[in-house]
Amino acid sequence: MYKILVKQQLAPSVQLFEVEAPLIARKAKPGQFVILRVNEEGERIPLTIADFNREKGSITLIFQEVGASTTELGLLNEGEFLLDLVGPLGKPTHIEKFGTVVCVGGGIGIAPVYPIARGLKEAGNEVISIIGARSKDILIYEDEMAAVSDELIITTDDGSKGIKALVTQPLKELLDSDKTISLVMAIGPVIMMKFVAETTRPYGVPTVVSLNPIMVDGTGMCGGCRVSVGQENKFACVDGPEFDAHKVDFESLMTRQRMYKSQEKQHSEHLAGKKEGGCKCHSL
Amino acid sequence: MSLSLNKNPMPEQDPKVRAKNFAEVSLGYTEELAKAEAERCLQCKAAPCRKGCPVQVDIPAFIKEVKAGDMDSAIAKIKEVNSLPAVCGRVCPQEEQCEKYCVLAKKGQSVGIGRLERYVADTARNKGEITTAVECTSDAQKVAVIGSGPAGLAVAGDLAKKGYKVTIFEALHLPGGVLMYGIPEFRLPKDEVVQVEINNLRKLGVEIVVNAVIGSTFTVDELMEAEGFDAVFIGTGAGLPHFMGVPGENLNGVYSANEFLTRCNLMKAYRFPECGTPIHVGKKVAVVGGGNVAMDGARTALRLGAEHSYIVYRRSEAELPARLEEIHHAKEEGIDFQFLTAPTAVLGNKDGWVTGLQCVRMELGEPDASGRRRPIEIPNSEFVLEVDTVIIAIGQGPNPLVQSTTKGLETNKKGNIAAHEETGATSKPGVFAGGDIVTGAATVILAMGAGKKAAVAIDKYLQEKKTNQ
Repeated sequence: MYKILVKQQLAPSVQLFEVEAPLIARKAKPGQFVILRVNEEGERIPLTIADFNREKGSITLIFQEVGASTTELGLLNEGEFLLDLVGPLGKPTHIEKFGTVVCVGGGIGIAPVYPIARGLKEAGNEVISIIGARSKDILIYEDEMAAVSDELIITTDDGSKGIKALVTQPLKELLDSDKTISLVMAIGPVIMMKFVAETTRPYGVPTVVSLNPIMVDGTGMCGGCRVSVGQENKFACVDGPEFDAHKVDFESLMTRQRMYKSQEKQHSEHLAGKKEGGCKCHSL
Repeated sequence: MSLSLNKNPMPEQDPKVRAKNFAEVSLGYTEELAKAEAERCLQCKAAPCRKGCPVQVDIPAFIKEVKAGDMDSAIAKIKEVNSLPAVCGRVCPQEEQCEKYCVLAKKGQSVGIGRLERYVADTARNKGEITTAVECTSDAQKVAVIGSGPAGLAVAGDLAKKGYKVTIFEALHLPGGVLMYGIPEFRLPKDEVVQVEINNLRKLGVEIVVNAVIGSTFTVDELMEAEGFDAVFIGTGAGLPHFMGVPGENLNGVYSANEFLTRCNLMKAYRFPECGTPIHVGKKVAVVGGGNVAMDGARTALRLGAEHSYIVYRRSEAELPARLEEIHHAKEEGIDFQFLTAPTAVLGNKDGWVTGLQCVRMELGEPDASGRRRPIEIPNSEFVLEVDTVIIAIGQGPNPLVQSTTKGLETNKKGNIAAHEETGATSKPGVFAGGDIVTGAATVILAMGAGKKAAVAIDKYLQEKKTNQ
């Protein structure tokens, strides 16, 4: 069973779970993901692996309570169990010594960037990391990222910490500097990844993004996670989740992410109703 | 007593009612109807029906027991070779198999073999069938079965009965493969039929490990080396959906049939929001394809609330690959068949949602490699079906995960595993394969037949291995 060994609130509505999963921990590599279910009625939720501990047989998952399903997940406590957990899924990040690499993490995307930055550092790269959030209260993994980066740049939208800017501004400054950047790795909201791609494109610097489209089985069976990469349809679950950022059709991806927006609301309302005891008589 | 030329019809839900619910369409024979149908069997000595059955069920023998009212013996007869009769009775294309060879079919309708098989299996289940485990000795050899669809379940059942220690590894959270994610509840009830039959395998001693992706969680080589399995059977199915390659296929509202059916069947989206997985249906739905999966998609869409559901098929009605019963049921429920029609583009609005399916009309030309007449486009015949949802059911390729992570496992050009037709033996010693991963997308019973043949071969392989040790 998949016991929650540690639960930690990293920021408002951002949770960390360390979960007992020896078979997954044994195999997990940076860039891979898992799919979990909370209960019998639950959706299959894909989450990127934020860390793994092979000795302890555990993996770390970090998630933001954005919809009904992740809210339900956040209600689980230390010592409780996930109903289902499968992985590691997807192709691992290609890690080798490239030279100087820039790791960009935005919001909750900082979590999955962390093991990649660590892997790149261990492979002998100079790692410059740029992490950004709306505000300092919701900035996560600052210390962890600092520990695996040669240089850490922080940006916030409101200027409450680091530079008041989007992650693309210091990225552009790095590209304009006399440093030779061999690779940019970016994970965050789709819109951020799109602008990272646009920032690096004129410089011709190889840029990799990790995509999180809507997914069901995660093993290539349903095709729901298809993304257009260089005019070709790719399945994020088996061909990815990482792709060449300069070839990804981000517009189509953003549209597809919105497919179940109205149902999301309906699901949240249903769960809220259930929490209040099922009947709606009190609201009449 | 004069022999009726027609099968006893099976009671069904009224088409208007059932098109709005997920309960089973066919209700099954009553005891009376089953006995009457069993009376029609001539008990031919040559039993031509048996040669049409991929697993060679002793059909006259079990029907004789139904006639005699000895249901325990009837189920025992079937279970000698078929561990999933309640499934096969419902989803086998009997008209192309056993029933095709029935002597009665020469003059009228064949004996309703599938309906009787279903009756026997359902009666046994309702009675609380007793399955006893075959004791494994402590030195029993271990067999790993990858995938818990029809092929894997057939192998597992047969080898467990022979006393091997069998473990099934399933990637999804529930076992059953296509029986769970693909075939809809209204054709094959999940909790009452599929999981009960799978539980019977568990009672036989088969261990089922879910949430285990072979090729990732374990590789085949790890199973054989580190985990101590003496043989491996790969039955991972045809799990990679094909798309049409026409513009607009990534618009919101376009699904592969696999995704649409998985959301509904495995994830129970028809119970949304009580169940968390959503599904988009809209008012008008077009399903592209003419097989059972296409029928399932179109009929599921109706049940999810679609007002109009099309089947768009590029050949004519005669070439439809679906089972006759499914076509018949689909028509009764009001599915609108657009034959000789091929999609050329999915059209969408500025928000990225489907608004229509652009098609051309076709005519049939000379036969192609499949022996069927090739559809040819009629010039200037373009038109648009206005729909909100498009479901693509034009087939599936093999999932590459196991092949790409297993040393020395040969595949063919299409990426299917190369396996011996009679034994399922692959290029890798101790590794066998069968079902859709070998043949490409086919039927439940053919996959079970391949599983049964592989079970015989695996038994032989393991006996020899033991002797040589």
